[in-house]
Amino acid sequence: MSGIPHDHYEPKTRFEKWLHQRLPIVALMYDTLMIPTPKNLNWMWVWGIVLTFCLALQIVTGIVLAMHYTPHVDLAFASVEHIMRDVNYGHMLRYFHANGASLFFVAVYLHIFRGLYYGSYKSPREVTWIIGILIYLAMMATAFMGYVLPWGQMSFWGATVITGLFGAIPFVGDAIQTWLLGGPAVDNPTLNRFFSLHYLLPFIIAALVIVHIWAFHTTGNNNPTGVEVRRTSKEEAAKDTVPFWPYFVIKDFFALSFVLVVFFAIVAFMPNYLGHPDNYVEANPLATPAHIVPEWYFLPFYAILRAFTADVWVVQLANFITGGIIDAKFFGVLAMFGSILVMALAPWLDTSMVRSGRYRPMFKWWFWLLALDFLVLMWCGSQPPEGLVPALSLIGTSYWFFYFLILLPVLGVIEKPLPQPATIEEDFIAHYGHADGGATSAKPAE
Amino acid sequence: MMRKITATTLTVLALASGGAWAAGGEGHVEDVDFSFEGPFGVYDQIQLQRGLKVYTEVCSSCHGLKYVPIRTLSDEGGPALPEEQVRAYAQNFEVWDEELRDYRTATPNDHFPESANEQAPDLSLMAKARAGFHGPMGLGLNQLFKGMGGPEYIYSLLTGYTGEEKEVAGTVFYENTAFPGGWIAMAPPLYGEDVEFDDGHPNTLENEAEDVAAFLMWAAEPKMNARKRAGFVGVTFLIVLTVLLYLTNKQIWAPVKRAAARKSA
Ligand code: HEC
Ligand code: HEM
Repeated sequence: MSGIPHDHYEPKTRFEKWLHQRLPIVALMYDTLMIPTPKNLNWMWVWGIVLTFCLALQIVTGIVLAMHYTPHVDLAFASVEHIMRDVNYGHMLRYFHANGASLFFVAVYLHIFRGLYYGSYKSPREVTWIIGILIYLAMMATAFMGYVLPWGQMSFWGATVITGLFGAIPFVGDAIQTWLLGGPAVDNPTLNRFFSLHYLLPFIIAALVIVHIWAFHTTGNNNPTGVEVRRTSKEEAAKDTVPFWPYFVIKDFFALSFVLVVFFAIVAFMPNYLGHPDNYVEANPLATPAHIVPEWYFLPFYAILRAFTADVWVVQLANFITGGIIDAKFFGVLAMFGSILVMALAPWLDTSMVRSGRYRPMFKWWFWLLALDFLVLMWCGSQPPEGLVPALSLIGTSYWFFYFLILLPVLGVIEKPLPQPATIEEDFIAHYGHADGGATSAKPAE
Repeated sequence: MMRKITATTLTVLALASGGAWAAGGEGHVEDVDFSFEGPFGVYDQIQLQRGLKVYTEVCSSCHGLKYVPIRTLSDEGGPALPEEQVRAYAQNFEVWDEELRDYRTATPNDHFPESANEQAPDLSLMAKARAGFHGPMGLGLNQLFKGMGGPEYIYSLLTGYTGEEKEVAGTVFYENTAFPGGWIAMAPPLYGEDVEFDDGHPNTLENEAEDVAAFLMWAAEPKMNARKRAGFVGVTFLIVLTVLLYLTNKQIWAPVKRAAARKSA
């Protein structure tokens, strides 16, 4: 498949022809910018631009922060305070960078759940989906290591807990953990390598983003109907699509600008709201904080990690079968990574012939339950594991796996889908085809 | 769909603060109306000067402010003392000089000294380090709507002594209604009438506690006024930009939507 048929770049002047024969870079930019895009995309398709913006923001603010930051256990905390107090606009830079990570994750979660609802992961977009999951994993690694850099109490203890997960791997765990940390415990070598990797990974993410875009520019965007753009001819394709520029560039910029109003307000008026107060206390290996809590964007997975205690029967079963090799801690680690793995496998687990959740009457409910489940797990992760929390975490975790491993395969077989529009054009007309063109036309296609 | 997204985003933000909320064994924290709360709130310069006085005369005998450069006392948006006053003030302190390998009198370019008492934590960032009052249920609503945070905690700590004491393993602990766990090793530092304010402001325990809490908030977040001003400009600019982009977007799409309307007719 080589994309949706559309007009291509024609070099006109002599210089353009000269360059085009040697490096078709203008053609590449033209084709990228003018890519035919389904007319009926709704507001859930704007998170991609927000994500791109976040990556650029993190790289730009990060590079300037790195000019003033000192990766040494005795100096890191003070150097961040130096940035906050003495560097021109340093406090803004740091608050943009720290809250930028939060915006990045808000956007990526909405982007992922958009994909889950509209079946964007399904054939032929599996590669786009897998690359997306890789980006998400790299983002988590980057944010985790970045959070260690200010060398506050949560930096240190978060790093200790998370790297400890690798220590739970049977036989080789301790060796791996020591190798990751550069020593027996979180210390100066750890801080140095985390700084190095925190600088490197965003550029790997940028490369992955390019491949991600390349992949979906090859298959074409999905859209709220899940119905493919007609590709039989340029004329037919043009009925289902509009060029990315200017239609979606302007729409995306409008959405981005709207999101940035909220983001700016948070950075300027409540920049520490999403952070943990304990990170304003310098790291102290001798004083363990009462509750070690990761950043909000890790909480659902943190809840899954903690859900499996030694008294849960599946853990006891796994322990029995493997002769004690799999204990509760390792089971939790497997569950945490497994919860992302099952999401990565969604394209092959979902058996439905229908792409978009809009035409799947049963799936719809289960999907919203999954979104709720995610929020419940997030809350569980933030709470100390007492009272209702362990049971709720276990239920939430079970549903997560149940959704991907059981529901997605089964629903496709038993569900009777609703009729889908024949073409994207038909859907677009159904939404905007009112003679008044007034009130209703302002409403985006849902 | 849009409404669902907004609701989800709000819930995410609310839940998020759960992460910032260290639960368990929390004491009672009073809500105080500080001048710097809310998006337009700024520090009250005179209050910061009073707080500085409380800090200097009482707290500094045990605590330090090692991240705070003394010269910032003359900064706009802070206590904004005249520079010669700051020079004179710096002479209150002795600092260690690496080059001289000896102690010498501080100058405005030095930082405040570290804590003199090893047990007493540095107070530079205390107002931000104790901002975790995100109740109820870890949803962060108290902080969001009442502006409750670190300064409220410091105020409540200083006014929260019950008068009870106990001795454990040679250390005296004082009962305090704000301190997590209820017993703190810091003897009540303020009783009221501990300092004389130059502006004749009443020096009750509550007033002194409020002023020093405000001063410590400034010490932790000296650039707050500038940040809020920049935020106000930024948000206004972005709102205008958003409106313009909204209108452009509407205009660009109008012919596409009109064509769709024609086809259905
Ligand atoms: C006699 C020495 C002394 C004086 C004077 C003193 N403190 Fe303390 N302060 C301490 C000690 C010791 C601790 C540690 C208490 C503990 O952790 O149990 C402490 C702890 C604190 C804490 C941290 C409580 C927490 O949540 O961990 C704050 C805030 C504080 N002091 C504020 C002040 C202020 C404001 C003043 C001046 C009005 C002051 N202190 C005067 C000795 C002192
Ligand atoms: C994927 C993009 C990125 C993410 C998600 C990210 C995330 C983070 C986070 C969560 C922190 C801790 C903030 C805090 O609490 O103070 C941080 C700190 C830091 N980051 Fe990044 N970052 C990214 C890119 C970069 C890049 C490209 C650089 C450098 C070129 C960089 C340099 C730094 C530095 C120097 C710090 C320590 C200073 C501080 O704590 O504010 N970051 N990052």
